[in-house]
Amino acid sequence: MRIEVRGISKRFGDFTALDDVTLEVGEGSLTALLGPSGSGKSTLLRIVAGLESPDAGAVLIDGADVTAARPQERGIGFVFQHYAAFTHMSVRENVAFGLRIRKYSRAEVRARVHELLSLVGLTTWAQQLPAQLSGGQRQRMALARALAVEPRVLLLDEPFGALDANVRAELRRWLRRLHDEQGVTTVLVTHDQEEAMEVADSIAVMNAGRIEQVGSPREVYDSPATDFVMGFLGPVSRIAGRLVRPHDVSVSLISSDGAIEAMVTRVVHLGFEVRIELELGSGEPARAQLTRSQTEQLELARGDIVYVRPPQASLEPAASAPLTA
Amino acid sequence: MRVSRRAELSLRAVALLYLAVLLLLPLGVVFARTFEHGFGTAWGWITTPAAISAFWLTVTIAAIAVPLNTIFGIGCALVLVRGKGRGRRLLDTLIDLPFVVSPVIVGLALVLVYGETGWFGNWFLRHGIRIIYAPTGMVLATLFVSLPFVVREVAPVLMEVGDEQEQAAATLGASAWQTFWRVTLPAIRWGVAYGVVLTTARALGEIGAVAVVSSNVAGSTLTLPLLVYQRDSQIGPQAITSAYAAGTELAVMSLIVLLAMTVLAPKGAKTR
Repeated sequence: MRIEVRGISKRFGDFTALDDVTLEVGEGSLTALLGPSGSGKSTLLRIVAGLESPDAGAVLIDGADVTAARPQERGIGFVFQHYAAFTHMSVRENVAFGLRIRKYSRAEVRARVHELLSLVGLTTWAQQLPAQLSGGQRQRMALARALAVEPRVLLLDEPFGALDANVRAELRRWLRRLHDEQGVTTVLVTHDQEEAMEVADSIAVMNAGRIEQVGSPREVYDSPATDFVMGFLGPVSRIAGRLVRPHDVSVSLISSDGAIEAMVTRVVHLGFEVRIELELGSGEPARAQLTRSQTEQLELARGDIVYVRPPQASLEPAASAPLTA
Repeated sequence: MRVSRRAELSLRAVALLYLAVLLLLPLGVVFARTFEHGFGTAWGWITTPAAISAFWLTVTIAAIAVPLNTIFGIGCALVLVRGKGRGRRLLDTLIDLPFVVSPVIVGLALVLVYGETGWFGNWFLRHGIRIIYAPTGMVLATLFVSLPFVVREVAPVLMEVGDEQEQAAATLGASAWQTFWRVTLPAIRWGVAYGVVLTTARALGEIGAVAVVSSNVAGSTLTLPLLVYQRDSQIGPQAITSAYAAGTELAVMSLIVLLAMTVLAPKGAKTR
């Protein structure tokens, strides 16, 4: 289902969490709300869920205004960062919770719970308590619990934030697969740009209670609307007054028009890629990313003087992109 | 903090000695004196009509006060921890009132309000309801003195559990009432159980406030603690033995409550 957020504002005391935010999430899409902590992304998600109420603005799900509706009435599934598992219930009972509330028959509950537990790969854990599961398993259980009631919209609040890096990466791919199979409109809150790029069809970059840009992962990365978006989506260096991604910096041993002198302070080998840390003539640090063969050709070492230049096709901030996911 | 083996042993010895002198020794003496003329004599003293009446009155008062204070206590803890409105700090302070006010004052206050010459006492009497010098007043006094226990046990547990599980239940479609029964109450059940045990112990043992509002008539308005006190103030060797017998009966009731908690508490539950 389509989600529309219109002119939402929310204050907590003196702190403005959301400032006139408008966003559309297309049916069946997986949209990431990406931003640093305190940017308002979680608050926005909780307002969509009905767990917080906005000071101004409206939330529409499938065209119907649900701003005043309680969470129970919104047809949503919500997954919390710290799982919010029902600690006194077994995995099976956790997943069955929403179905029991909805008075499904015993046989229906059993069938649906079994289906969901196999979907998230927890059938052998059905009788265990959440405390006996690993973090990743607990979060998969929470996802199964949220999906059990066939929500119109799935809302995930930093779902992988409390997990180890390798579990996180695995669950990301799993979530994307799940979304492709189930097709539930999903909104994911994350502060991890890599996670957003990998999982989402569409990214809304948030900063200080506002949405800076909405676009596909490629759009926000290649044509950032603002310096903030550019800086948040990956490492950047400022060269000749322009923000440049390290892999767009060209490095040469020969001076040329528009190039700036820099000294190599460190050469870091990262497998296929090599990161060259530089100090510009102005004393500012900068970064370039080269392939191994490029580095070998240039025979770069610490202390070398090189000439760097931003890419020819300039990366001026793009004209403001439409706020449509 | 790391404690050396020797320091730990001596700390343990001191703690045990302290408990022995203050708790076990006096209790042990009561038990010993109760049975010094044999089990039959002691049994005789706790099966007199007055003693049986006192036993049932004590149990009845506890059976009314404990459920009421449990319901009130859970509700109050929810308001204190989950509530958002103003006045919570005032409520928080008021709940501790029974801890800080002497029970005798509580009894006197009840007399002032519900006694024959009190504010409401006359109205109740005209409608044929006697509160002071009757079991009703004794229930009120017990309610008052045992009020804070459930609140004080449940509130920290509620805080520790947090409200994420409740939010999750709401997003899964549960009403506030369903969430309370299926999620909140199971999560705080050990706090509630401990609060109930403390409330029960206090309700069984309370004497100060109850004494003031009781007419102290054996066979009708004497609870077990009052019976112990009354028998103990009489003169003669029999009086002492009879008092000790009733005292032992009361102690055994409290021990059963304590034992019930130890048995019910989950293994590995946090030590308090």
